[in-house]
Amino acid sequence: MSLYQFLYIAAAAGFILALKWMSSPATARRGVLAGQLGMLMAVVGTLIRAEIFNYEWIAVGIVLGAVIGAPIAIFMPMTGVPQRTAISQACGSLASALIGTAEYYKLQPHGFIMSALIVETLLGFVTVTASIMAWGKLQEVLPGRPVTYKGQFFINMAVLASAIALGIFLVFNPERTDLYPIFVVLALTFGVFLILPIGGADMPTVIALLNSYAGLSACAMGFALDNKLLIIAGALDGSSGFILSVIMCKAMNRSFANVLFGGFGQVQASVAGTEARPVRSATPEEAAQILETASTVVIVPGYGMAVAQAQHKIRELADALGKKGVDVKFAIHPVAGRMPGHMNVLLAEADVSYDKLIEMEDINPEMAMTDVVLIVGANDIVNPAAETDPSSPIAGMPILTAYKARTVMVIKRSMGVGFAGIDNDLYYRPNTLMLFGDAKAFTTSLVKELTAT
Amino acid sequence: MNYEFGLYVFMLSAFLGFELIRKVSPLLHTPLMSLTNAISAISVVGAIMISGEKDVPELSRILGFIAIVSATTNLVSGYMITDRMLKMFKKREPAGK
Repeated sequence: MSLYQFLYIAAAAGFILALKWMSSPATARRGVLAGQLGMLMAVVGTLIRAEIFNYEWIAVGIVLGAVIGAPIAIFMPMTGVPQRTAISQACGSLASALIGTAEYYKLQPHGFIMSALIVETLLGFVTVTASIMAWGKLQEVLPGRPVTYKGQFFINMAVLASAIALGIFLVFNPERTDLYPIFVVLALTFGVFLILPIGGADMPTVIALLNSYAGLSACAMGFALDNKLLIIAGALDGSSGFILSVIMCKAMNRSFANVLFGGFGQVQASVAGTEARPVRSATPEEAAQILETASTVVIVPGYGMAVAQAQHKIRELADALGKKGVDVKFAIHPVAGRMPGHMNVLLAEADVSYDKLIEMEDINPEMAMTDVVLIVGANDIVNPAAETDPSSPIAGMPILTAYKARTVMVIKRSMGVGFAGIDNDLYYRPNTLMLFGDAKAFTTSLVKELTAT
Repeated sequence: MNYEFGLYVFMLSAFLGFELIRKVSPLLHTPLMSLTNAISAISVVGAIMISGEKDVPELSRILGFIAIVSATTNLVSGYMITDRMLKMFKKREPAGK
């Protein structure tokens, strides 16, 4: 065994420890360090391999990548984390797809290696365009609503099937380099089509799934290059992305197929009747008074909080209430926001202590004993229709049972519907107060009221 | 290469991955995704191999170079932002007491 092989083994151990230490906030930063050391050993190990002759290009490439990557990490606002993850995934899978392509043109291998290269490049290229599309939807340069049309499913399947068929043909006829570009175009096209019918609120599942593809692509590269480190790191990533997307699907009571082939936003037009039902609304003064006299308050954040950048004001509100002896907690739904755990990161950024961030299963039993639930920019995840109306598009989705609280307050711009496009019965309940306004502006006036008195 | 051995490595790592990820608190799912995203930049290893080898066709070398740049972008921004996020997760003493 040569030195680089020892470094590779140590690198693999680093990645495993990185994931292990991610289990708790107390050890998570150590986990990142383990991952960084693992990556360092992997890179150094590769650089000292006997096959490496040409260092100029490598050095320039690494420096250039670092110069692009570091500012993204330093200046990206926390609300932009889902977009960053998507674009970073596009970069990673582009690398993997291009390496597969380069290997193919160099060797035109047969048999197992060619199969691995085809899997690597197929997953790689699909993930490149899919991630860019996901980025576009998250950044809102593309419409966040699902884009669907007649026969979409069959067109998508036809594109995927031709890509796979051509891939298999290339495995048996690797010398047909003229066909390879067509294979690439088909894979890239499928990536675009894959994301078109998926709406913004399904992004947590999709980003996790794309993460899984990127990992599996690296894994296939490991088979093509006979590199166990790539297989291990790729498999860890692949399973991580997969399990996260399963968790996200469960949190919406939907199947993979349902998320991927979309149509979630399509049902509503007929469902959302336009009958004007009376709602009760309140001014900041009235709301502040109710909050002040409560003994327990649970805040339910949603994507609207991220859009309004209201997390800092929300924390000030929680602090102001805390000073008055009110017990304030945050209830976090698994799919709130645009990526798994999105709300936690935003509230952590706003300096909310993480032991105040309570998961759905743990907070729901407490809801009935809660004086006030304050909902900020969340809609479908607190919609009681999920429990009561079997015909609702979100029927069966686990929700935060905010409606059980004595008083429910909802900060909302207007009576508009949420992502699922369905009306929320919660708003019309007698114990619900609507606080109309921008999440940040309204919270600011709440804080003002609370600190003035 | 012994493919059978490679497949065993894959199977064991995939199961290990499942077990490890299941234990991660939902609190940390976003940093976890950033971290695994950074780890998927392991493809930089393949990129270095293809760019550094002797007698590589020009096209492969160019593709390898682009791959190094994009994998390193993924790697650097992934690790740095994960650490930036985790730095923010703090446990505070209850306010007002």
